[in-house]
Amino acid sequence: MDLIIDITLLTFLGITALAINRIDKLFCVIMLSGLYSLLCASLFVTMDAVDVAFTEAAVGTGIVTVLLLSTIGATDTQQRSAPHRPLLALLVVCTTGAILVYGTMDMPAYGDPEAPVHQHVAPRYLNESLHEVGPPNIVTSILASYRGIDTLGETVVIFTAGLSVVGLIGFRGMQKFGDRKRAAGITGDDMDEHLVLRIIIKIFIPLILLFALYVQFHGDYGPGGGFQAGVIFASGFIFYTLMYGLDKAMQVIAPRVLGYIGALGVLIYGGVGVATMLLGGNFLDYNVLMHDPLHGQHLGIFLVELGVGLTVFSIMLLIFFAFSSRKGLRQ
Amino acid sequence: METMLSWISTLCIGLGVFLGVTGAVGIFRLPNFFTRLHAASITDSGCAFLILFGLMLQSGLTIPTVKLCFILIFLLISSPTATHALAKTALDCGAEPTPHLHEER
Repeated sequence: MDLIIDITLLTFLGITALAINRIDKLFCVIMLSGLYSLLCASLFVTMDAVDVAFTEAAVGTGIVTVLLLSTIGATDTQQRSAPHRPLLALLVVCTTGAILVYGTMDMPAYGDPEAPVHQHVAPRYLNESLHEVGPPNIVTSILASYRGIDTLGETVVIFTAGLSVVGLIGFRGMQKFGDRKRAAGITGDDMDEHLVLRIIIKIFIPLILLFALYVQFHGDYGPGGGFQAGVIFASGFIFYTLMYGLDKAMQVIAPRVLGYIGALGVLIYGGVGVATMLLGGNFLDYNVLMHDPLHGQHLGIFLVELGVGLTVFSIMLLIFFAFSSRKGLRQ
Repeated sequence: METMLSWISTLCIGLGVFLGVTGAVGIFRLPNFFTRLHAASITDSGCAFLILFGLMLQSGLTIPTVKLCFILIFLLISSPTATHALAKTALDCGAEPTPHLHEER
């Protein structure tokens, strides 16, 4: 049964990839790439990697699609045809792909219990994490406790990405945004007639934010955590922006505040690490935070996930704001 | 009772799958935007509701049923809204709602 599902999903993946290549209309391409990542998420579910699937669905299907859509608002919607046939590029890609496929020959079979990755630290994670760290969701204990420094690195990467986007694109022309917005037609003004949408979105935004908080604080027990929760929280605000316009959304939460929140998230994460060092442990060794090591782990993971959630939320929203504000610049 | 429930659930899921296939065929075969939207909305609403309801019957009074119930309510509100928004936007952009089916054939 699993085999049939895998074959079907992989076939659809191939078809979608070919379609993305063949179609010139960028709007269709964006929708298809959203479909592509949804299929990837389904594949992750069949591999029992629900946390990864959740992230892929939230980031790949949700946020990235919206970001790309807001990007084609500032560009053309039709792909320009290349002036020459890039045969050399095709050759390079085919060769690289062939080498990669050849490289997988030496890898152990999927799910092989003798594979090195299942022999090294995985048994300890699976057997001991309940006594050493606590949360029933082992993924959370690995992500936030055993591999806490890796996750700190990821959080810093996201923060840096946000800073780079704002640094490169910035909010250029924002002071003239009010003048241009009517000409560009990107405010919620043209949405005024969509009464049904307005009411439904008003009902949904609190539910989305509530769900994000559930994902944030339930990450110890089920799939979820700071990354997914931050993205879902940001999508609630993006929903608001799409309906009521960018200037109103920026009144709700200003880009400068978002920058502060993003920095605060990284600060919380790093601060926990420094606190554990001051209390006599290693960096990000939560055991020393409280008298009982398990309680310390619980508190540490809670704080760290909060930091991740804050950073991801603010940076995602900041990037969306930066992309959307470009729309008004199009002549 | 158990067999009864499982029969009803199988029936619901089967009907849902049938509606899904119908919707997919309809998207390709129907003549204009609004009729195709109708086909798509059948997949969105009827197909999804029936399959979720069938799954709820399968899982009984458990936490998964409650979660499925939330998803059902979410879809119950969001899918018709999406269809409405599409139809309204198409209408505002000047699409013709009457397909002139009889004249074409």
